[in-house]
Amino acid sequence: MADGVGWMKVGRKQEGRWAWRLTGFVTLCVYIFMFAPIVATVILSFNASMFGGFPMTGFSLQWYAKLMANEQVLTAFRTSLWIALVTSAVTTAVGVVTAFALVRFEFPGKQALSTLVILPALVPETILGVGLLVLIKAIDQPRTMLLLVLGHILLAVPYVVLITQARMVGIRRVYEEAALSLGASRFSSFREITLPLLIPAVVGGALLAFTISFDNTSASLFWRPAGVETMPTQILSMLKISISPEINALGTVMILVTVGIPLLGGLILQSLTRLKRRGQPTEEAR
Amino acid sequence: MLVAPVFLLLIFFLVLPIAVMAAYTFFTFVTAGVETSALTSANWHEFFTDSYYSGFLVKTLRVGAITAVLCGVLGYFPAYFIWATTFKHKWLLLLLLIVPFWISFTIRTFSWINILGEQGVINVALLKLGIINEPLPMLYNEGAVILGMLHFLLPYMILNVYVSLESIDRTLIAAARSMGCTGAQAFREVTLPLSLPGLAAGLLLCFVLAAGSYVTPQLLGSGRDALFGNLIYDTIMGELNWPMGATLSIVLFVVLGFFAAVYTRYMGMSQIVKGLGG
Repeated sequence: MADGVGWMKVGRKQEGRWAWRLTGFVTLCVYIFMFAPIVATVILSFNASMFGGFPMTGFSLQWYAKLMANEQVLTAFRTSLWIALVTSAVTTAVGVVTAFALVRFEFPGKQALSTLVILPALVPETILGVGLLVLIKAIDQPRTMLLLVLGHILLAVPYVVLITQARMVGIRRVYEEAALSLGASRFSSFREITLPLLIPAVVGGALLAFTISFDNTSASLFWRPAGVETMPTQILSMLKISISPEINALGTVMILVTVGIPLLGGLILQSLTRLKRRGQPTEEAR
Repeated sequence: MLVAPVFLLLIFFLVLPIAVMAAYTFFTFVTAGVETSALTSANWHEFFTDSYYSGFLVKTLRVGAITAVLCGVLGYFPAYFIWATTFKHKWLLLLLLIVPFWISFTIRTFSWINILGEQGVINVALLKLGIINEPLPMLYNEGAVILGMLHFLLPYMILNVYVSLESIDRTLIAAARSMGCTGAQAFREVTLPLSLPGLAAGLLLCFVLAAGSYVTPQLLGSGRDALFGNLIYDTIMGELNWPMGATLSIVLFVVLGFFAAVYTRYMGMSQIVKGLGG
């Protein structure tokens, strides 16, 4: 009898171990699934072959050289870079201020605003794209760069507000109150106390806004002024012709830019906080 | 005062456009790019009577649902694994989930051509091994479209489930175990139910994003695999039929809004907020 129970326990443990192994195995497969195509693209960008596919016929940088000489691609890259920089700066500024107001103050319509502000992240881009286009058609305005940038700001604002809000909730009000009671104005208490504590969220939000803008495809297809190509729309129109190795090279460069910048930003941020932490007792928000 | 910029942006770029679009659905289409503000219900009539449109809608919802469910099934395992693992560098696993968000969506999508295409990894490998004699047609079908969407939506799902797992009080599971539950029972009775809000938020998000997609069917599907987003784009940018394009956009908006409303009715908004904000 006792043995029987013992065996059952072993059996159950075994079952648990198998379940755990299965979980681990599926996890591994999912990670491979997520990165295999990207790795294949990066490898193929160094292919010497004329065709954008396997097998590899040798190592070559010729597609990068060709890319650097492609005026259309360079123009699209510059356009996207500028749009993303402006979007990131403006979205971060207005988003942080909005999150601050939503967390710290009570005002009429606050609930409605906090729901409304996440909608651009939930409504499909096609709908947002068509809507804005119909609006400017109705009032007879042309599609301009300004419109495109404002559109990108709309798409990025939910994320900046949500990230800042999450951090803001963790910052205790007493710090600001202390500053106020010592005679600081509302503005200087925000600048001297709240903003420095918000820095991680500000940097995180700015980086995310940058990548959202730099990446945006569907909405940009609707909003871009005639003749303007952003990087993703340029890739899309190149893909309509054929999969050339040049596209793989372009993809690799884009991956380096969009993954490299946030990683670099994260590292800088980490070393900054580490420097600051020396000699000051810390109270981490999260 | 402080919220004025964002408030104005939301009014002029989100609320007003959708309102104007709703009005546009009653405008009269004359010829490509030209319409008059004479009110008509012709667009709605056409939408409800022509099975071409309802067919698109049904297909889009079906593909969205399949994608969301597959995401839920495949995404739960990694989320659970990351949450439960004692691996020291857990942050690395989380970082790897966020990295795809930084990589251009267009690039992630077309990179599948390098895997599934005639000269892709799979076909070239199988040909070399002599298992097949000619490349398998794996691209430009509905399966490829779903695969592509799965690829870009899985991180959303995993993060959503992970966030809700993370908020579970682990002593509850210890309590269940001490009362004699097996690991599997504790999972079924405690962990799984408590992680359902995250799973539900992930399902909604994946469904809405999949059903609203444009790029994936465009790149990985054939003409027959076009979804509602492609239909809207072609109606407006191709046929320049703005009233019909507006009608289709409003239809998609209302249908997806309906699902979101049902969700918030039972779950509230907070879980989605958590999932999006990381």
